[in-house]
Amino acid sequence: MLEIKGLKVKLEDEDKQILKGLDLTVETGKVHAIMGPNGSGKSTLSYVLSGKDGYEVTGGSAQLEGDDLLDMEPEERAALGLFLAFQYPVEIPGVGNMTFLRTAVNAQRKARGEEELSAGEFLKEVRAKAKDLKIDADMLKRPVNVGFSGGEKKRNEILQMAMLTPKMCILDETDSGLDVDAMKLVAEGVNALRSEGRSFLVITHYQRLLDHIKPDVVHIMADGKIVKTGGPELALEVENNGYADILAEVS
Amino acid sequence: MAIAKLKSDATEARLAGVTLPDGAAWAQAARKDALARLRAMGLPSKRDEYWKYTDPSDLTAVAAPKAALFDAQEAPLFGDTDRLNIVFVDGVFDADASDVLAGEGLEIMRLSDALAADIHWAKDLYGVLETRGQTPVERPLAALNTALATDGVVIHATGKVSKPVHISYLHADETSDAILHNLVKVDAGAEVTLLETGSGAARFSSCLEADIADTGAFHHVRAQGRDHERRTVTHCFARVGAKSTFKSFTMTVNGVMTRNECVLEIIGDDAIAHVAGVCVGDGKDFHHDDTVFITHDALNGESRQVFKKVLRNGATGVFQGKILVKADAQKTDGYQISQSLLLDDDAQFLAKPELEIYADDVACSHGSTSGAIDETALFYLRSRGVPINVARNLLTLSFMAEALDEIDDPALAEELRDRLEGWLARHG
Ligand SMILES: Nc1ncnc2c1ncn2[C@@H]1O[C@H](COP(=O)(O)OP(=O)(O)O)[C@@H](O)[C@H]1O
Ligand SMILES: [Mg+2]
Repeated sequence: MLEIKGLKVKLEDEDKQILKGLDLTVETGKVHAIMGPNGSGKSTLSYVLSGKDGYEVTGGSAQLEGDDLLDMEPEERAALGLFLAFQYPVEIPGVGNMTFLRTAVNAQRKARGEEELSAGEFLKEVRAKAKDLKIDADMLKRPVNVGFSGGEKKRNEILQMAMLTPKMCILDETDSGLDVDAMKLVAEGVNALRSEGRSFLVITHYQRLLDHIKPDVVHIMADGKIVKTGGPELALEVENNGYADILAEVS
Repeated sequence: MAIAKLKSDATEARLAGVTLPDGAAWAQAARKDALARLRAMGLPSKRDEYWKYTDPSDLTAVAAPKAALFDAQEAPLFGDTDRLNIVFVDGVFDADASDVLAGEGLEIMRLSDALAADIHWAKDLYGVLETRGQTPVERPLAALNTALATDGVVIHATGKVSKPVHISYLHADETSDAILHNLVKVDAGAEVTLLETGSGAARFSSCLEADIADTGAFHHVRAQGRDHERRTVTHCFARVGAKSTFKSFTMTVNGVMTRNECVLEIIGDDAIAHVAGVCVGDGKDFHHDDTVFITHDALNGESRQVFKKVLRNGATGVFQGKILVKADAQKTDGYQISQSLLLDDDAQFLAKPELEIYADDVACSHGSTSGAIDETALFYLRSRGVPINVARNLLTLSFMAEALDEIDDPALAEELRDRLEGWLARHG
C-alpha cells in the first residue's frame, strides 16, 4: 500500500534535516504503528506524506499503491485515498462542520469521477456515523473544530475518516489528550474501519492506544529514521522500559 | 487661504449652471440651506483629513466620468423575495417597471412628489438629519445631495410592513450622473425593511435619512452593483430612538470608487444600531471606503460595526470608523471590527478605527486586521481532498461570515452569500 524508501526531508526555511533516510512499507490491510520519542520526526513524516508546505524532500521516495505521492498536490493525495488524522486538528471559524464534510466528500468523489452524494444521502450517512462516535447534532453544526474540546476534535477527525473512507489512514497521536472513554470511542471508530483493503499507520507516543487498536507491526522511530521493527511485543517493551534501552541497543 | 480658494472655486465650478429642482416653498428652503452649507464647507479635496485615504475628485468633478455599461448576466437580486418594487433608471423613476406605491402599514411616495406637497412630514426630515450629521465632521457631498437630489422614495412605516421595499437602481447611460435621496420614518412599534440594489448611474450619489422612533425597527440591506467603472457615494444618516433597532448591511462588488458614509445617532435608551458590510474587489482600479460615525447619547445602547473586505490584485480598501460615547451614555456596548483579507501582496487596506469615550461605565472594543488566507486551514481543507481554489473560496467566504451574520433575514443573507461565492469563482 505505502512504500517509503530512503526518505530525507529538511525544513524549507532552515538548514535543519528532520527525516534522515526513512524506510517503511505498510502492506495492504495491515495496521502499522510508529512509536518514538518527541521530536523524532513522526509528525513531519505524516505532513510530508500528505503534502504540507514548508518541507523540502532532499532524497528518497514515497509511493501509494505505486503512485509517487511526493509530486502531488495535497488534494490529489487525498483523492487517491490518503488520509491524515491531525495531531492538532485545525479550527476553521465560519465554515460549518457539515459544509466542510460535504465539500470534502463530494470533492473526492468528483476527483475520482464518481457522482456527488445528494444532500439527503449525505445527511443520513453523516448522522449514523456521528452517532457511533457520540458526536451530537450541535457539533456537526458548529464551525469546524471551533470550541471543540481536545477529545471532540479527535473524534471529529475519525468522523472525517469514516466519511471519506480512505485506503491509507495515518493517525498522528490521535490518543493524545483523550481520556479512557474517549480513547475507546476513537479506537472503536478506527477498528470499525479496519478491512482487507485499508491500511493504517498509527503514530503514538504511548502504548495504551495499541491496547485498543492492535497493530500487526510496530516500528520505533528516532532521529528521523526507523531504527527498529517488530511485532506488538515491541510496544510493550517501550511501555515497560522506555525508549532509552531500545535506542541504546540500536546505536 | 490658497486651499480655501481652490475649494470654493471647485465648488462653484460644480454648481455653475445647476438649477435647483422644483418643489414647495419649504423644500426649496431646505435645498437652499443645503447649498449654503455646501458653500460654507466647500467640496472635499484629497487634502482633507477625512479624505486622506480616498481621493474624492471623481465624486466632485463637474461632469461624471464615463462608465461603460456592464451586463452582469445574472438574475436580479432578491427576486425570490415578495417585495414592493421601485425602479429608477439613471436616477429617473420608471413607472412602468415599478409597482403601485402602496402597502400595508406603509405610506410611500416619490420624493419629488413629497417635496412638491405644501404639507408633508418629509419637511421634518429632509436635510434635517443630514445637517445634524455635519458635526463634528463635515460631509459636503451629503449637502450637495440634499441641494440637488432630483428624486427618491419617502417611506413612512406606520405598522409592521409585511413586504420589504426594494429600490432597484439601474444604470443604462454611460455618462449618467444621478442624485437620489430617500427618507425613512418608522413610527413607534413599526417595522420596515428597505432593500437597495444596483449601480444607479455612471456616477451615483444617494442619501438616506432614517428616523426610527422609540421601539421601531429598520432593516436595510443593500447591494451595490457590479459595474466595474461606476462611481458611488452614499450617505446614511439615522437617528435611533429608545428600544429601537437599526440594522444596515451593504455588499459592494466591483466599482472604481465607492464611498459609503454612515452616521448613526443613538438618542434613546436601550437602542441597537448595527452597520455592517462586505466588499470584494479585484484590480488596482477598485477603491472602496466605509466611513462610519456612531454617536451614543443615551443609556445602555448597543452598537456594532462589522466590515470585511476581500481585496486582490492591487485593490484598495478603506475603513474609517468612530464610536463617540457621550458622558451620559453609560452602559454603552460598542463593538467595531474591520478586517481585510488580502489575496495577494499588492492589495492594500487602510484603516482608522477611533474611540472617543466620555462616559466611565462602558464596554467598547475595536479591532482592525489585515491578513492573508490562513495557510494551516488551507492545508487542512486540501488534505481532505478539497481543491485549492475551492478551499480558498470557502475560507474567504468564512472570513466574510461575521459580517453576513449581521443580516437578520437568513434568506437575504444566503442570497448575498451566493453572489459573493459567484464572484470568488469568477475571480479565483
Ligand atoms: N516547521 C518547523 N519549524 C521548526 N522546527 C520544526 C518544524 N517542524 C518540525 N520541526 C522540528 O523537527 C523535529 C521533529 O518534529 P516532529 O516531526 O513534530 O516530531 P514528533 O512528531 O516526532 O514529535 C523537532 O525537532 C521539531 O522541533
Ligand atoms: Mg508529533
